[in-house]
This record gives sequence, structure tokens and C-alpha cells, in this order.
Amino acid sequence: MYDVPHGRNEVAVTDVKITARNVQVYYGDTHAIKDVNVEIESNTVTAFIGPSGCGKSTFLRCINRMNDTIDICRVEGDIRIDGDDIYDKRVDPVQLRAKVGMVFQKPNPFPKSIYDNVAYGPKIHGMARNKAELDDIVERALRRGAIWDEVKDRLQSPGTGLSGGQQQRLCIARAVATEPEVLLMDEPCSALDPIATAQVEELIDELRQNYAVVIVTHSMQQAARVSQKTAFFHLGNLVEYDDTTKIFTNPEDSRTESYITGRIG
Amino acid sequence: MVLFAFLLLFGATMLAYFVNRRAALSMRAGGARLHSLESFHGLFAALSVLVPVFVGILFWLVLEGAVVDLFMLRGLPAGTFDGLDSGASQLIVAEIKSIAGGRVFGTPEAWKIEAAERLVRYHRIADWLLVALVAITAAILLWVARRSVVEQFRARQGAERIVLGLMIFCATVAIFVTIGIVFALTFETIKFFQIVPITEFLFGTSWEPQIPIREDQVAAEGAFGAIPVFLGTIVISAVALFVAVPVGLMTAIYLNEFAPQRVRKSVKPVLEILAGVPTVVYGFFAVLTVAPAIRQFAASIGVDVAPNTALAAGGVMGIMLIPFISSFADDALSAVPRSLRDGALALGATRGEMMLNVLFPAAIPGIVGGVLLAVSRAIGETMIVVMAAGLIAKMTINPLDSVTAVTVQIVTLLIGDTAFDNPKTLSAFALGMMLFLATLIINIFALRIVRKYREIYD
Ligand SMILES: Nc1ncnc2c1ncn2[C@@H]1O[C@H](COP(=O)(O)OP(=O)(O)OP(=O)(O)O)[C@@H](O)[C@H]1O
Ligand SMILES: [Mg+2]
Repeated sequence: MYDVPHGRNEVAVTDVKITARNVQVYYGDTHAIKDVNVEIESNTVTAFIGPSGCGKSTFLRCINRMNDTIDICRVEGDIRIDGDDIYDKRVDPVQLRAKVGMVFQKPNPFPKSIYDNVAYGPKIHGMARNKAELDDIVERALRRGAIWDEVKDRLQSPGTGLSGGQQQRLCIARAVATEPEVLLMDEPCSALDPIATAQVEELIDELRQNYAVVIVTHSMQQAARVSQKTAFFHLGNLVEYDDTTKIFTNPEDSRTESYITGRIG
Repeated sequence: MVLFAFLLLFGATMLAYFVNRRAALSMRAGGARLHSLESFHGLFAALSVLVPVFVGILFWLVLEGAVVDLFMLRGLPAGTFDGLDSGASQLIVAEIKSIAGGRVFGTPEAWKIEAAERLVRYHRIADWLLVALVAITAAILLWVARRSVVEQFRARQGAERIVLGLMIFCATVAIFVTIGIVFALTFETIKFFQIVPITEFLFGTSWEPQIPIREDQVAAEGAFGAIPVFLGTIVISAVALFVAVPVGLMTAIYLNEFAPQRVRKSVKPVLEILAGVPTVVYGFFAVLTVAPAIRQFAASIGVDVAPNTALAAGGVMGIMLIPFISSFADDALSAVPRSLRDGALALGATRGEMMLNVLFPAAIPGIVGGVLLAVSRAIGETMIVVMAAGLIAKMTINPLDSVTAVTVQIVTLLIGDTAFDNPKTLSAFALGMMLFLATLIINIFALRIVRKYREIYD
């Protein structure tokens, strides 16, 4: 149904990185995520697709406990990374978030220089022992964010002065600078032009070598291009979760089929 | 009578509105395609009657007194004012006026009573004239406005232009009033500097404005060196800010980020109440509670301090400024988009790191604005200082000493027996001028800082 350009979709033999069991999320009385079970593998790109409001972002935010910052939000169930329960009392969400990076739908660079934006994470986690090392980390991150060439001459100018697409790539660079093990991306390409999108997709594929990547997207083509696994959410339920090729060629559930062929949404 | 003139004008305005609206409506009913809606025709007519006549009435009222006085004076017996200085002739005019107002003291001369009667008569004539003029001009304007209702008349643009003019007028009123105040200040200040050299005022270190106001009075010659007075203001403001800025900012940060919803909900209103307490109450607090406490504490460690101290006044003023700074800072922090907070948290920042590195820098413009406004208030605050700081200007920066402030001196200089031609009174204007300039400079500074950060962070 969708062409598969780079042969990225082949599923390698991998370990399970994240396990979610019977996850329920409530916003006050709203039941936003209903009994979701899923196993996300390392060295894999997992795409979350589904109509607007079905709970993709909510579930994504459970994985790095960003939902803790929302007062009315309540998470139940069991989410484990490498077998450790991340909602355990002893887990420090701050350390968890250093391990699980996140890129938001809307670019949100800090009102600081480009350099400081990227250096912020490494600095607070003490990743660099001196300026030279920090410079190195920043450059590497910016290169991986596919934005180095555009900003290398103005690292000290404000990050907010970049274009929307550049800002988003800066945010991706900022997230990878802390060397997370899992990278969560909530519609990272919604502000990007096709060229930048291609660059980010390239980057995502590259990140897969080291990390587990979870990407929320509204573009079927993008899900088909970059992911090996796809999860389809509908009204808070995880309807179907399988290899991307399978979901896009031979879905089991009729709702999945209707969605990817554009009949519900 | 004047009230009647205003009622007349009001009636004419309403009439203009409804007449023109009706006219426009009936033209539309007759099949004409009007450029503007009927209510705009009405509005235009109403405004074009109201505004000119209203302005005319105001001018009339301003000028009436002077003109009537002039007529009255011309009717006085020749040579009444011969050989009298301006004070004495003003006294006569004032007496005539008070007779006209029905307040008769003793038995005035016949010519004064006669003049008062004429004054009353002239006023009555003037009032009738006013009403007549209002009626005539309103009628003419009504007629002109009624004739303007034709198909192509752009009543909407016309009405909008008049409203725009009114808005510009209102916007400039404040500016003109300020300019007027500055002029008055400058004028008196210049007079002061003609008596006391400006160098003495700016660089003198002794402030003793007590000068004899009657020739036979025994008093010193007076010294007008403003430095100790300004030093007092600076010391008190510094103490106040030393208290208010850290406490205010900490309060804001705590309430904004760390406080549970419940605490936030109860503390914020309390702070707002604190902001509404009259400064005189703070003054009480400073004099009756804080100052004795400081004295007692100092005595217990063997230091002798004055009963009135800059510390007491400044400290209490600082308490007064806390809600000011905290609410500004809280607003500024709340205005930082949620996405920035999320971004920092998602990178693994603690809430403290996020606050310090991301929220706070982004909120700096608002915070600086609040702090500088607090500075302006501290400099201009009078009541607390009058009550708690003292009256004698001392050349000291010791907060445990009694000092005085610019505002306090202005108050004491202008209270009581004053004449507007001696340096004691005039020096108040010079102090006021300096105060005005100081706050002006601070505000310009504040705006520049705010703008600079805006450029970086937008
Ligand atoms: N902060 C919140 N407070 C209350 N309800 C929320 C909040 N965030 C999300 N919800 C609700 O939870 C449900 C899922 O929202 P979520 O943002 O996860 O959807 P989504 O799948 O990411 O949608 P989209 O594709 O539009 O981003 C929605 O019904 C939404 O109204
Ligand atoms: Mg979403």
C-alpha cells in the first residue's frame, strides 16, 4: 500500500526496552488511556498513529513521566524500562528523564544562545569535564540534528531567532545531546519542510542504531518510511500493534484498516 | 443655570441622534441606498452637536469669572486702587466677592455693596447669555446635521473621525498635565536657584531650611545643601529594597513553582491585602513596633541607636513593597510559556534548575520592571518616612541613624506658615524637581533594560 523506500522496515532481532502493562491514564474524570499493553524494542523505531485526541501524546508522556507535571493527571498500571518499574517510589523522575529524551510537537528552544540550548542538558548532568569536551558534545549533537552547517557560524546567537524548522532540529539536537537511551518524539516534523523532514527521518533511522525511538506522527507515509513497529491508537485504546509492514499491508483490525486508508480519523 | 445649559445640550444631542436616525431610516424605507447605516447618521449628528457646544461651554466657564470681574472693576469709583499695592487691591476684590456671596463681615462701605450687587447682576446676565448661546448654536448645528443626511454622506467615517479626535484628546490630556506640572516645577525651581546658588543646592552637605519668616524672628540664616536629604532617601530606599527584592522574588518563585495549589490559593489573596494596606498603617507599625524592637535589640547588645532609624522606616517600607515585587515577578514567571518548562524538565532538569536557568531568565524583563517600579515607589513614599525616619537631615549612610527623606522635607517645608517668595518654600520645589528627575531617569532605565531583554528573548 505504501512504498518502502530504504528497506528500513526490516525487523532485526532485538530486546524489549520498554514494557507497558495495563496502563490507564485519567485526566480528572476523563479516561484518556484505557488498558494499554505494549512492548517497545530497543534499536527500533516505533510509530504511534491514530486520530487526534486518541491519547498518543498522553501515552508518550507516560514513558518519561512528564504527566507528573500535570496536576489532574493520574497514571495506573506498570511501565518498565529494562525491567525496572519507572513509577516506583524510589525512581527519581529527573534521572529517568535524562535517560528518556523527548522532542515536542512545537519547537521550544530556550531563550538562550544556540550553543547554550544544546549544552544545557550535558551541563546539568555533568557530562563534560571541560569546555573543549562540551564544545565537542554540542557540535556532535548539532550534526546529528542535521543543523550544524546552518548554525556553526552563529552559535552564540539566540536559538529563538531561528526559523521554525531550524528550531525543531535544534530541539532534536538538544535532546540527543544528553545521550538518552530512549527518544520520544511527538510529531517532530509537523513544523518542517520536506527537506528538513527527510533529514530528520534520516536522523531517526541513525538514532535507531543506539536507541529505542518512539515517534508520534499523523503522516502515514512517515510512519511507513521510518518505523519498524507501528501502534494504532483509537479512543484511548491500543487497537493494533505489529510490524509496520504488516500494519500497512495487512492489518487485522477493521478500524486500523479504515484509518490508514483514510476512512476514519 | 449652568446645569440647565448642560441639560439643554444633552437634550439637543439626543434629539440630533433620533432625528437623523429617523431621517436615514425613512430614506432607506423610500428605497435609497445609503452609504452609512442609520445609527451612524444618528451618532454623527449627536457628536457634531455635542462636542463643539460642550467645548464652548467649558471655555465660557473658564473665562466668565475673569470677564465679569473686569466689568465690575470698571464700574468702581475712579481712583479706588490708587496708591495700593497688589496685595491690598486683591483684598478689596476678595471682599467684594465675599459680599456678593452673602458673607458680610462688619459694615462695608456703600460702594463695595454696590459693586457686589453689580457683580451678582453680571453673573446672572452671563448665565442667561450662556443658556441662550447654547440654545442657538445647538439649534444651528442640529439643522446643519439634519441637512447632511443624504445618500452619499459618509456618516460612519465622519463619526469615526470625531471619536478618533476625542481619543487623541484624552490621550494627550495626561501628557499636557504632566508638562504643565513640570513647567510649574521648573519655574519655581528657577526662582529658588536665583536666591540659592545651584551649586550649593547640589553639592552642599548641610540642610537647615529654617529661616526667619518675620523680620523680628530669631533664626539661623538657613542652609540648602540637598546631599544629606537625598542621602537619606537613598539609605531608606536601599534598606527597603534589600528587604523587598529577595523576599519578594523568593515568594514569587515559591508560589509559582513549588507551592501546592492550596497554599497558593490562600497566600496570593493575603499578599494582595498586604498591597492594599494604607501606608499610614505601615507607618504606625514602624513607629510603634519595629523601631522600639530595633532599639531594644540594639540596647541588648550594647549599641545605642536613635528612636527614629532609617532601618525601621526602610524595613517597613520593604514589607510594603514585597507584594508589589512578588506579584510582578509571579506574573512574569507565569507568562513564560509552558513549553519552555516542559522542555527543561524533559531534559532531566530539576524544578530548581528549570526555575533558575530557564524560567527566571525568560522572566527577567517583567521582574526588572517590577523592581524598578518598586524603586520609584520607595523614593516617592512619604507617610512611612514622615512617621518613622525623622526630620533632621544628617550626612550619614548609617541605617541605624535617624535620617530624613526628600519627600518628608517637601511636606515639612510646605506645612504651616508659608509665603511663596522665600527660599524655604521654594526649596520644596527644587527638591520636587530633583525627585521628578530621579524617577524619570529610573523609569527610562527600566524601559531600556526591558527592551534589551525583549530583543534577546523574543
Ligand atoms: N492536560 C490535559 N488535561 C485534560 N485533558 C487532557 C490533557 N491533555 C490531554 N487531555 C485529553 O486526553 C485525551 C488524549 O489527548 P492526547 O493529547 O494524548 O491526544 P493525541 O492523540 O496526542 O492527539 P493529537 O494527535 O491531536 O496530538 C484527549 O481527549 C484530551 O482532551
Ligand atoms: Mg498529541
